[in-house]
Formats: sequence, C-alpha cells, structure tokens
Amino acid sequence: MTLKTVYNQSHRDLGAKMVDFGGWDMPIHYGSQIEEHHAVRRDAGMFDVSHMTVIDLHGEGARAYLRKLIANSVEKLKVSGKALYSCMLNERGGVIDDLIVYYLNDSFYRVVVNASTRDKDLAWMQAQASGFDVSLEERADLAMVAVQGPNARAKALSLLSPEAAGPVGALGKFMACDADGLFIARTGYTGEDGFEIMVPEDRAVAFWNRLLGAGVRPCGLGARDTLRLEAGMALYGQDMDETVSPFEAGLAWTVALDEGRDFIGRAVLEQQLADGSARQMIGVVMDEKGVLRHGQAVFAQCGPGEILSGTFSPSLSKAIALARVPAGDVGAVEVDIRGKRHPLRVVKYPFVRDGKAQPGV
Amino acid sequence: MSEIPGDLKFLKSHEWARVEDSGHVTVGISEHAQSLLGDLVYVELPAVGDRITSGGAAAVVESVKAASDVYSPLSGTVTSVNEALNDKPETINEDAYGEGWIFTLAIDDADQLNDLLSPDDYAALIEDDGH
Repeated sequence: MTLKTVYNQSHRDLGAKMVDFGGWDMPIHYGSQIEEHHAVRRDAGMFDVSHMTVIDLHGEGARAYLRKLIANSVEKLKVSGKALYSCMLNERGGVIDDLIVYYLNDSFYRVVVNASTRDKDLAWMQAQASGFDVSLEERADLAMVAVQGPNARAKALSLLSPEAAGPVGALGKFMACDADGLFIARTGYTGEDGFEIMVPEDRAVAFWNRLLGAGVRPCGLGARDTLRLEAGMALYGQDMDETVSPFEAGLAWTVALDEGRDFIGRAVLEQQLADGSARQMIGVVMDEKGVLRHGQAVFAQCGPGEILSGTFSPSLSKAIALARVPAGDVGAVEVDIRGKRHPLRVVKYPFVRDGKAQPGV
Repeated sequence: MSEIPGDLKFLKSHEWARVEDSGHVTVGISEHAQSLLGDLVYVELPAVGDRITSGGAAAVVESVKAASDVYSPLSGTVTSVNEALNDKPETINEDAYGEGWIFTLAIDDADQLNDLLSPDDYAALIEDDGH
C-alpha cells in the first residue's frame, strides 16, 4: 500500500519526481534538488512533511509520563508553546526514535515523531502509558508544511491575519502557538530560520497554494536531506537506531541526567558515561573529489567505523558526512570508496549555519 | 520525452554509443538516465589507454542521490575522456547526448554494434519502465 499526503496531487501538478519514502509517495525533487537546496539557504522553500506523525497527549499524568518516556527533561518546558528535542530510548539505551515535544499546558503536550517509525512508536508509547493518567491521540487530520530559509518567516507572516501575524512574528526560536486555526512552530530541519506549520487537512491545499503565491519554492525530500546534514542534524535510521545510544549519535546535549528522574534507558547511559565505552560520532569533509555515502568504511586511529549520513554538500561543493568510530583518539581518518582510500578531515559540525560555511570546514 | 538522436545505439542500462566519422565510438549516458539520477556532482572517468570490455564498468557518475556505474556498450581501448566533466559534471544533466559525453573508444569489433538497441527500441524500453 502506498500512503499519500493531502498534497500528493499538488506535488504531481508541480512536476515533482515522486519516490517511495517509508511507504509514503513523496516528492524527491521538483526538477533540481540542488536549486531547491539553494532556495532554502538564500530565500525561502517549503516541504510537505505531512507524513510525519503527530500525537497529542492529554491528561493530568502527561508530564509524569514524559519524564519516564524520553531522555531529555520536560522540566525544561516552563512556558506554553515551548518545544523540546529528545530521544525516546529502549531499556538498552538505544534510540527508538527522535522527536519533538511541545508543551501546551500541564495536561496537554503535542509530540511529533518520524513517519517511518510510526507503528513501533505508537505501540511503544501506548505500552509505556499504562499506569499514567494520559491518553494518546494521533492527529492524522493535520497536514504539515515546513517553510524554511532567511525569508521564510516574512513570507509566511504575510499570509496571516494582522491579529495572528503579531504573536507569530514574535515567536522565539523553538516556540509555537495557535494562530488563524494553524499550529505554527519556529522550528525546522534545515539549519535556517523558519516555521513548521500544522494545517487542518481541509484547508491544507489552499494554504500551500498561498505559500506558492508568496514566492515560497516547493522543495523535495532530497534537498531536505542535504540541508539537514549540512546543519549537522541526525536522521533516524541512518545516524542512530535502536542499537545506538544518544551519546553515540552526537546527541549527548539532548540527554538530561537530572536528579531523581528514572527515564527508560538511563541506567545504560550512566554506565556508558562511567566506563567511557560509547562510540563517537564525528563530522568529516573530503577535500578530494567524490561523494561520501552511507555505509562506506572509515579508518581512524581509534579503529574502524562507517559513514552514517554522507552527501555532496551543495553549499560547500564538497562531500560531507557524519561517521561513527570507536571511543578513543580519532587521529587521521580515511574512507574507502570503491576500494581506494581517501583522506578525510575531521571537523566540528554543523558544517553550515545561517547560510555560511562554518570555520574550519 | 526529449528526442533521441537517430545515430545513437543503446544499452538497456542507459548508456549510449555513437560511431564517429573517425571510426572511434563516443559513450555517454542517456537523457533518461540523467533525469533518474538528478543533479550530477562527480564523474569518475577511465584513463586513456584503459582496456574496456562490453558490459563492464568503465566510469562512475554520482549525483547527490546515488552513485551509478557506467557500463561500456562495446569492447575497446579508451582514446579520450571528457576532462570538462571534472569541473562541470552537471554538463551531463544539461546535454546528455552532446557536451555530456564521457569517453571515446577505439573498438575491437564493429559487429558488437549489432547487439545494441536502436533509438526506437530504447525509447520503447524506457516507456515500459515508466509503468
């Protein structure tokens, strides 16, 4: 079975090349992935991300439930509309999925998880809910559009009523609010400013068309992938999975080992911290010609590893990647491409931020 | 679907061959192949003098999305390579049957040309792919 978002016909009308993406029929590009990438870095682009799974949590026990369910701490969420990025772990400290949770009020949180992990996420979240006063409601009735780029906010705001444009324009980063019947969050997956906007399905196509009219370029999942990797953002299934802890995926910053909170997987994470056994994620660039890709073998001083997410970076015109290697001194790193070794440079990521190459990249 | 030049012969795997007046054969990938790959960012060329067998991997084209072997439609010896692709791999996207050629061969056996698909047969093949 092929799943389709409410925008399926819109994509086809725009000449998109459609591909299967975890069972969803989605646009990979509308002509040129690289031009779409640049549109987001330089102006404004939009992505249909309606395939992602939105789950509302209702009930007095929602906070207590989330304290157990995820590795980051919902205690950081003090203001209505605030968002938090976190991993949801299994008992072995492995990542079941990464997600964003929005705090709306003490008995209402909204969680967004990946599309490809929907079924197992829902089953896991439902199973963990027993004993808590919380109910899960999947919001398949909401479409979602990410509008991203230096001019994205201004273009999106121009479509809102004056009453809505004020508060939405004043949203801080990683904050969300309801406006004009939309749920608008200042979040994204590109390293650019912008919004992720949830739209009721019956208004979704009209809203998309208004964004088009405002000069926002439609962009496919291809550009979304190069943009997020330049921004150093991990992709579930490629950079981490159930056999990888957040420490091993460069996501230590999303783990809160706060006093007295017994979240699932915590014991394993503490063990990894204590014995220093966690593998490490590194950012690499290749100055020679060629493209780094998922699964290529890498060789570091600390031992062999592999390329996780790798691509040709349109902003930098060279290959960039995230790689996982054993614990220890990384030293000089090489990659094997079709049987030939090529030197890599280890760099801090993000590779690109606010449209610019980062120092040393 | 853009016109396929009538003087080309094809492999099922989307490579084309053209016999030049000099008798050498120019090889590239089809318009259909470049559109499947998307924006090309790297081409690994063979070396002049390399011996190549028909159906064997002779070059690699890489787009943002994927790396793909380019198989040689014919056996022979590489006589020239399109160095311009080193700096402008996107030339293949822009002109797959012209400026986007990849290498030329001195072929071993002209009879091998009879094993290749005509433009019409190739067009029919990619038409079927679309369904």
